[in-house]
Amino acid sequence: MKSLLFANAELVITVVKIALLLFIVLTVNAYLTWFERKVVAHMQSRWGPHRVGPHGLLQPLADGVKFLFKEDPTPAGVDKFVYYLAPLLALALALTGIALIPFGPDPIRLRGHEIYLGIAPPDVNIGILALFAITAMGVYGVALAGWSSNSKYPLLGGLRSSAQMISYELALTMSVVGVLLMAGSFNLKKIIEAQAHHPEWGILGWNVWPQILGFFCFFVAAIAETNRVPFDLPEAESELVAGFHTEYASFKFAMFFIAEYTSMITVSCLCSIMFFGGWLSPFPASWTLTHYLPSAILIPFGLWVIWDGIRYETVFGRMVLPVLGTGITAAGAALILLPGVNAFIQGPFWLLSKILVFLFVYVWMRGTLPRFRYDQLMAFGWKLLLPLSIANVIVTSFVILAKMTWGAK
Amino acid sequence: MTAPLAVFFVLAGLAVIGAVSLILQKHPIHSALSLIVVMVALAGLYLLLGAEFVAAVQIIVYGGAIMVLFVFVIMLLNAGVEEHTSISKMAGAPGLLLVVALAGFVAATIARSSDGIQATSQTGEMSSTLGISNMIFKEFVYPFELTSFLILVAVLGASVLAQREKS
Repeated sequence: MKSLLFANAELVITVVKIALLLFIVLTVNAYLTWFERKVVAHMQSRWGPHRVGPHGLLQPLADGVKFLFKEDPTPAGVDKFVYYLAPLLALALALTGIALIPFGPDPIRLRGHEIYLGIAPPDVNIGILALFAITAMGVYGVALAGWSSNSKYPLLGGLRSSAQMISYELALTMSVVGVLLMAGSFNLKKIIEAQAHHPEWGILGWNVWPQILGFFCFFVAAIAETNRVPFDLPEAESELVAGFHTEYASFKFAMFFIAEYTSMITVSCLCSIMFFGGWLSPFPASWTLTHYLPSAILIPFGLWVIWDGIRYETVFGRMVLPVLGTGITAAGAALILLPGVNAFIQGPFWLLSKILVFLFVYVWMRGTLPRFRYDQLMAFGWKLLLPLSIANVIVTSFVILAKMTWGAK
Repeated sequence: MTAPLAVFFVLAGLAVIGAVSLILQKHPIHSALSLIVVMVALAGLYLLLGAEFVAAVQIIVYGGAIMVLFVFVIMLLNAGVEEHTSISKMAGAPGLLLVVALAGFVAATIARSSDGIQATSQTGEMSSTLGISNMIFKEFVYPFELTSFLILVAVLGASVLAQREKS
């Protein structure tokens, strides 16, 4: 048994990585719903979930249990095969997208194996293209769900979403061409490395400055691709009940839900990697003091959780929160004491911070913006985003050409 | 059996099953889904040959854009179940003959080639993105530009046809 494990070490490592990433992504998804409800609630002067567990922290768990144990009726007259296939397809494709994201620059070295953070090997030549391929397939989950339900509103939702996703896919793809031209590669790791040509520039070396137009187009188109506010017409509840997933209940609905949140995470990853330097620090490389930033954030936050926990109104909260806070503070202190771990954690720390910022922007927009009307949506996509992204490609190519012709040899 | 060969047989089997199911399915949506399976299986085969760029484009263009359009139109027209007519005897006999002939031809070609069936991993000109762009934008730049001009004309024609009702 043991020799078999060592003979197929690469395979075992990959399987463990997949299981681990799946667990992490699903947990993050669950807490993303909590985060979203809390943030939107506070924007609207409400409390949000606060009954289940301290600060409502166990709410995602309760939601999950509810999803699992709800009755799961299949409406009469549905196309059974497609009806069951659609949520599966949506979830599987969304999770495959995450597998292509590299989460850190350095591998963990273990018994002669180099374990990179992220499932796909870091030298995949078509990283970003593969992600677009998955996005392109992602339409089917929604479209087929709408069609197979054999019901009016889901069909309308499915049709809307297909039209919307086809329209915005063009702008989405065109908007990253500028970044690809600057990096000269489809590989996500190389795209990040291309932004680190001047280590002393820090945040000024990121793609977002020369590609600000591309970033705008990409982010807007990506929000439309993930069917989020203000582009959530496929599930516009005031017009279409719940859009394409009206006829889905229980865990099949949860699968759509998880797929949507996973796509949000993927888009946030892509935004940080392509335009915001991925795992690069925003500070110049010579500012080594900034390496203690993870600890400087974790320790005060942990102390605050302890302080908040001691005064918490329920006994359960008074028991759990101080323990949690102690754990966070200890993690922060451990990072100061272990310089090796601290150096390793820098890349993932910056990438995760950026992802969190983009997830917050997602939620922020949901709390702020009203939904587009359908014709506005189409006009915006075809008449503004697409020409803008094409103009961006042309300008970028000319600048690169000029640099090649007259620039330093 | 090596791992690439096993993957080849799985993908090839998927492609063939998808193609057969495309013809046999009664509902247009099921046929369209079968065609998507064929497209994705083909992309997998390209990947196996080391043509990463072609594989990705196969999924983006055929698996994604074109098939989404198919599904969209079928959904929009709400096409129902097709009626299958019995195969005409006239078409049946020559069809069977052609199938046998084609299968024999392919089998003979495989048997003749010295390598037999192998999952070859070619890393030639066509495999890398750089190689493809060198070919398109250097060697075959005029045919490429002509093709894009043709597509542009087709796009203009489509928009003119779609707008005709208004005036």
